[in-house]
Amino acid sequence: MIDLLYYAAGVMLIVGALFSFLAVVGILRLPDLYTRAHAASKAGTVGSGLTLIAIALVSFDVSVALRAVVGIVFFMLTAPISAHLLSRAAYIAGYMPHSSTVLNELADAQKGDK
Amino acid sequence: MAFILLVIVLALIWAAVTGSFSLMNLLLGFAVAVFAALFIRARVERPHLPRRLRRILVLAFLFFYELALSAWRVAVLVASPNMHAKLRPAIFAYPLTVKSDQEITLLANLMTLTPGTLSIDVAQDRSVIYVHALEMRDKDETIAGIKSGFEARIAEVFES
Repeated sequence: MIDLLYYAAGVMLIVGALFSFLAVVGILRLPDLYTRAHAASKAGTVGSGLTLIAIALVSFDVSVALRAVVGIVFFMLTAPISAHLLSRAAYIAGYMPHSSTVLNELADAQKGDK
Repeated sequence: MAFILLVIVLALIWAAVTGSFSLMNLLLGFAVAVFAALFIRARVERPHLPRRLRRILVLAFLFFYELALSAWRVAVLVASPNMHAKLRPAIFAYPLTVKSDQEITLLANLMTLTPGTLSIDVAQDRSVIYVHALEMRDKDETIAGIKSGFEARIAEVFES
């Protein structure tokens, strides 16, 4: 039974590391800040979340496990906010989306204001 | 009823964050929780608590499912050799039906962690939220998906 927990934690560590790695690949390969924020916020959250769950599973200590869960919750609260703030700040600062962007209704709306 | 629940949850969070489940620490957490909960007492006592809790759970499960799906799709996209052919970034206006601050905040946050969407800005008049999509195929379909999914569930949670 305990062996099973260790295996589960091991699998989660590997999958979590894989997602974190792919988040980095995404940041390197994607063309602009907005698309990169996707990779960092989603794959990054799942990657670190899985790693923290693995810690919670094999800690055998309620306080450590609960802290890992609290860590996951904070991650889910802060990752989208930072992604949102970064992309909003970039947009306001005038950083235009990459030329492959097929539709930009925010630019259309701002043109209408002027 | 809701008040007691809140105090218990807060006391447990206190114990978790301070990292000790000794009796003294739990009692201290309990005292702090009662003190903190007294400040927001009026907002806590709401009717239909069991129904709301059930709806919050439904929303949470939907969220975890969508988060896993979304991380998977981003991972597959960035790992594929012909990424630039698949990539169709777009910024579209999503018309909001929910109106309160809490609902818009929650929707914007949940949207950022779900497949292919990232919230950028909310219009001054709160009529629309500007969303960045990673793989835009059909705008109406994307909007309809969020409308019937997250936005409907969020409205249920906040309805009194």
